[in-house]
Amino acid sequence: MATMTSESSGIPVRVEEHPQSFIKKYIFSTDHKVIGIQFLFTCLFFLAVGGLLAVMLRFQLGFPDQPMPGGNLLPEAMVADGYILPEFYNSLVTMHGTFMVFFAIMPLLVGVYANYLIPVQIGTHDMAFPRLNMISYWMFLVSGLVMLSSFWVIGGASAAGWTQYAPLSASPEASGVSTGQILWILSIAIFGFSSLLGSINYITTVINQRAPGMTWFRLPLVIWALFITAILGLLAIPVLTAALIMLLFDQTLGTTFFLPTEGGQPLLWQHLFWFFGHPEVYILILPAMGFVSEIIANGSRKPIFGYKSMVFAIISIALLGFIVWGHHMFQSGMNPALGMSFMISTLIIAVPSAIKVFNWMGTMWGGSIRFHTPMLFAVGFVMLFAIGGFSGIFMASSPVDIYIHDTYFIVAHIHYVLFGGSLFALYAAFYFWYPKMFGRMMSDKLGKIHFWLTFVFFNITFFPMHGIGMGGMIRRTYDPNQYELFQGMQDTNILITIGAIGLFLSGFLFAWNFFWSLKHGEKASANPWNANTLEWQTPSPAKHGNWEEIPVVYHGPYEYSHPDMDKDWLAQNERPDIVSPAHHS
Amino acid sequence: MDWSLPLNASTQGVHIDNLFWLIFWITGVAFVLVEVGILWFLWRYRARDGHKAKYTHGHMGAEIVWTAVPAITMVFLGIYSGMIWADIRSPDSFPDDAMTIGVVAKQFEWNVIYPGADRVLGNDDDFTIRNRFEFPVGEPVIVRLESEDVIHSFFVPELRVKQDAVPGMTIPIWFEATETGEFQIACAELCGLGHYRMRARVVVHEADAFDVWYDEQTGVALDAAAE
Repeated sequence: MATMTSESSGIPVRVEEHPQSFIKKYIFSTDHKVIGIQFLFTCLFFLAVGGLLAVMLRFQLGFPDQPMPGGNLLPEAMVADGYILPEFYNSLVTMHGTFMVFFAIMPLLVGVYANYLIPVQIGTHDMAFPRLNMISYWMFLVSGLVMLSSFWVIGGASAAGWTQYAPLSASPEASGVSTGQILWILSIAIFGFSSLLGSINYITTVINQRAPGMTWFRLPLVIWALFITAILGLLAIPVLTAALIMLLFDQTLGTTFFLPTEGGQPLLWQHLFWFFGHPEVYILILPAMGFVSEIIANGSRKPIFGYKSMVFAIISIALLGFIVWGHHMFQSGMNPALGMSFMISTLIIAVPSAIKVFNWMGTMWGGSIRFHTPMLFAVGFVMLFAIGGFSGIFMASSPVDIYIHDTYFIVAHIHYVLFGGSLFALYAAFYFWYPKMFGRMMSDKLGKIHFWLTFVFFNITFFPMHGIGMGGMIRRTYDPNQYELFQGMQDTNILITIGAIGLFLSGFLFAWNFFWSLKHGEKASANPWNANTLEWQTPSPAKHGNWEEIPVVYHGPYEYSHPDMDKDWLAQNERPDIVSPAHHS
Repeated sequence: MDWSLPLNASTQGVHIDNLFWLIFWITGVAFVLVEVGILWFLWRYRARDGHKAKYTHGHMGAEIVWTAVPAITMVFLGIYSGMIWADIRSPDSFPDDAMTIGVVAKQFEWNVIYPGADRVLGNDDDFTIRNRFEFPVGEPVIVRLESEDVIHSFFVPELRVKQDAVPGMTIPIWFEATETGEFQIACAELCGLGHYRMRARVVVHEADAFDVWYDEQTGVALDAAAE
C-alpha cells in the first residue's frame, strides 16, 4: 500500500473565505454539500409524489368498486365521479415506478450522498468539477419537473409501464398517450445526462483527490460503493439514452426500430432497456449497502467483518450485473438457450450478496450494539434485504419464473429490495448524516417510532404480495376481480392497501422530525456517533471547503474498540504517535 | 385468504411446483437462520456496562464457508433448473404428435385458430374462435403464439404456462393438461387501456368430448365456408 499513498495525495487547493450572495451560496452553488442538500430536498418531494401515486393505485386495487376519497379533486381525464379510470390507473403504475426509481431512490442514494460524502470522506475540499456538479443538479430538477408536468397534458402521463416495452411505448395508437409519452422519453434522457455528469465527477474525484494516506483499502465502504456505482452509471446510462432516442424517433419521426411492421424488433428495446436496467438495479442497492456497512460497524462498535471481501463483493456484483439482464426476459420469446446462461449468471450473483449479509452479521457478532435510530434502520435493511434476496432465487430459476413472472411475487421481491433495502438504508442515512448536514440532531425518540411504524406497515403491505403472487395474481391490473382465480384474494388486497396507507402516513412523522429539527433539534457536536471516518473530524455542519487543512490519514475506517485504546473509536486521521494500534493488513 | 399455488393441471406444472417448493425449503431454512441469527446477536451483544466489543477484522475460515455453501447451492439449483427448463422450452422437447393450435393476441382479445378437418394449421379450412380455447386432457398441445399489435402475455395459471406474444414473432410453446375443467387465460403483460379485461375462457375436455366438440366446429366451419 505504501506506493499508493504517494499517488493519492490530495490536490492542494487554497480555500478562499469570501462572502457570497444568497443566490450564489444556496441556489447556483458549486459547493458539493449544498448541491447534495439541494438534491435531498428535491428528492424528498419526489419521494412523496411517488408515495402518493402508490396510495392511489393501492386504493383502486383494494376497493375497485368504490370512488376514491378526494377523487373529485382530480381532473376529469383521470377520474369519473371519483372512480379512477383504467387509463389513469396505467399512468399511476407507470409514474409510481418512474418517480421512485429515477427521481427518488437513485438520486437520493447518488445525487445526495455521493455529492455530500465523497469529498468530505476522502478528505478534499470539493468535487473535481464543481460546475458540472451544479449543472447536474439543475438538469435533474428540470427532468423531474418535465416528468411531473406530463400528468396535465392531453392524453395524460405515459401509461406503458416504467419499463416502457415497445411497441406499446412506441406507438401512440396502441397506448392512447402521445405527448405524455414524449415527455417521459425527454425527461429520462435529460435525467441520463445529469447522471452521467455526476458519474464522471465522482469517479474523477475518488481517483485523484484522496487525502494523503487515504489508500484504496482505507476508503470507507460507502465510498467504494459510490465509486463502483458511478462506473456502473457511466457504462449503462448511455445505452439507455441511445435506446430512448430510437424510441423517440419511432414515436415522432416514423422510424421503426422497435416496430415489426417495417422490420423492427420489439425485443431489441427489452435488450437495450435491461442492459441498462439491470446494472441500474445495482446502482439502486450498492450505495445502500455502503451506508449500512458504515452504520452497522458504528452501531456495533466493531471493525467491519471482512473488509476486503466486502470490497470484492461490490466489484463482483458490478461485473456480474452486466451479464444478467436476460433474466428479465425468460418469458419474452428470447431463445431458450440464452435463458440457460442468464439463469446461471443470475444465480451466481446471489453469492456476493449472501457474503455481504453474512459479513454484516459477523460485524454484529461479538459487538456492543447501540440501538440508535440509524442502527435500527440498518438492521432492518439486512433483515428485509435478505428476504428480497431469497425471493430473487425463485425468479432466477427460469422454470419457476414461467409461473411467477409478471405476478405480485415479483412486486413483492422488488419492494423488499428497493424499499426494505434501499429506502430503509436511506432512512438510516438520513438520521445518521443529518447532524453533519444541518448541525442539529433529529429526534431519536420520534425516529424510533418512525422505524417501528415503517417496519410493521412495510411488512403488512409487501409480505402478503408473495401470497397473492403465488396465487397467480398479475401485476399492473386495474381490476383483479375480472378473473375468477383472483376474486378470493380481495381480503388480502384490502389488507395490503391498509398497510400502504399506514406506510404513507408514517412518512409524515419522518417529514415532521426532519423539518422541525432543522430549527429546533438538539445542537450536534462534530462527532455525535463517535465515528471514525473523516467527515466527523470537521465541524457540524461542515464549512465551505470542508477543511482548513487537508487531513492526513493513518488508519482504516473501522478501527472501533481497539484493545490499546480507552475510547472505543479511532479517527482515521488520529496521529499514530498519540496512539499506536497494531496495524492490520 | 389463499396464499398458495393454485391447483396444478399440467404435466409441466408438476416439475415447476416441485422446483418451487424445493427453493421454498432451501430459502426457508436460510431465512430462519439469518433472521433468528440477527435477532439473537442483537440480544446477546447489546451494549452493556463494562463490555467492550471484540476487536476482530474477520475470519478467513468462516468467510470461505459462507461463500462456498451458497455457491454450491446456487450451482446445484442452476443445473437442476436448467434440466427442467430444457424439458419445457428446448426445441427438442416439443412432442411430434401434438395437435397444433394458433393463438393470435390483439388489443384486447385472444383469437384461437384451429386447424380444420384436415388437422393441419395454416390453410383455408382453419377456423377461428374468439376468446375461447378448448382442447383435450391427456394429449400434448402446441400453441403457436403471435400478436397483431403490442406485446401480450399468454398466462394460464393452472397450466403453469406463461409466454409473451410478440408482434413480428411466432413463438411455439407446448403443454399437456392433466385435469379437465374451466380456467381462464390472463394477459400478463401491460398492453394498454383494456389490459385488465383481456381474458378468455379455457375449457379442457375429456378426449371423447373434445372430438365431439371439434367435429361440430369443423362442421360449422365447413358450412360457413360453403355459404
